[in-house]
Amino acid sequence: MNPDVDTILTRLRGALPDATVELRANPGPAEQHSLLVAPADLPGVCRFLHDELRFDYLSNVTGIDWPDPVLADKVAVPEDDEDSGDPGKATEPQGFLEVVYHLYSHPDRVGPLVLRVRTGDRTDRVEIPSVVSIWRSAEFQEREIYDLFGVRFTGHPDLRRILMWDEFVDHPMRKDYVAPDDFEYEPTPHAEVLERARTHYPATEKD
Amino acid sequence: MAIDPKLAGELKPAGIHVTSFESLINWGRSSSLWPMQFGLACCAIEMIAATMAKYDMARFGAEVFRPSPRQADLMLVAGTVTKKMAPLVVRLYNQMAEPKYVIAMGACAISGGPFKQGYNVLKGIDRYIPVDIVIPGCPPRPEALLDGLLALRKKIAGEKLIGDHRVRHADPKGTAEFPVPEYGAHDLQPAANREIWNPDPVVHEEAAD
Repeated sequence: MNPDVDTILTRLRGALPDATVELRANPGPAEQHSLLVAPADLPGVCRFLHDELRFDYLSNVTGIDWPDPVLADKVAVPEDDEDSGDPGKATEPQGFLEVVYHLYSHPDRVGPLVLRVRTGDRTDRVEIPSVVSIWRSAEFQEREIYDLFGVRFTGHPDLRRILMWDEFVDHPMRKDYVAPDDFEYEPTPHAEVLERARTHYPATEKD
Repeated sequence: MAIDPKLAGELKPAGIHVTSFESLINWGRSSSLWPMQFGLACCAIEMIAATMAKYDMARFGAEVFRPSPRQADLMLVAGTVTKKMAPLVVRLYNQMAEPKYVIAMGACAISGGPFKQGYNVLKGIDRYIPVDIVIPGCPPRPEALLDGLLALRKKIAGEKLIGDHRVRHADPKGTAEFPVPEYGAHDLQPAANREIWNPDPVVHEEAAD
């Protein structure tokens, strides 16, 4: 069953008054509300959840890429047109990477408690403290997020790529990743694929 | 060289079997295929099922799965070949002794299958090694694998070992090794072995234009 997030939040704030923890409500029928935790406060919050609230099982860690708003399709063009052509000077809310943790408590039979942590941006400030010292199961999953999204987990004992090969650069699950164009013949190309087919195999003979 | 069927028919009641050396060798090879024991994804489960009692691949002499490429002569590429795995598959193929055959089992091994548009799956093992038999399916049923195996047996039985159109492994100029691709920054280098992989360049134009 879903944990009582309000109670957890109250206890968290009582124990860690300085921690920045925010409730993000999920209005859907699942009602899986989540807690948005500041990266710096993550180790303390997780330690408290593990030791005091008995969340002994970290079932899942995953990543989300929130690109810069200028890359999104449905964002209106900003009013000051001088800056609109320069993606380097984006509008104020920059893109970021988010890491989501799903916690369960076996003794209390509750879960998942959803934690969300956001990085400062998508390029330089991508550090998030590792929780491997609290839940050992985070080790491979944090490596996977590092591999595919590029979040750097500080304090991780062995932060290497896990799925892609070591020589790989970039992080393929990011929304702006462009896969290599190794187009192969397709029997019925259409739309985008047809355009790519034309660039790879220009028609030499007339039909 | 063809055997005179009349002569063969006359000698048969006398207990003499007339055949060519080529046929004899091919019969031996096709009747005792030793697959290499490795699986890459869910197709391997069907491959395992084909070897078990219900489907019993042993009926066709192909039950001796060898855990070493040195002892195997059939590579069953059963499953998704990721770009990370592809160089290892090619290297294993290179380590197999001639004559050697490849069956690409399932949509992934043939073309990348449902992962064709992805960033990390090889779009068909035929980009790097020559494939003798392709078995479509996702995954193919054990019956399909057995059918592919029988097709391969038929193919081996018809191999020319001498003359102009001889098979690769009987040709002194034929190569037993194919270049192993390197891991690149985003893709394997090269992305395909163009000497053996040249897909149909025809682009079917729409009827409107």
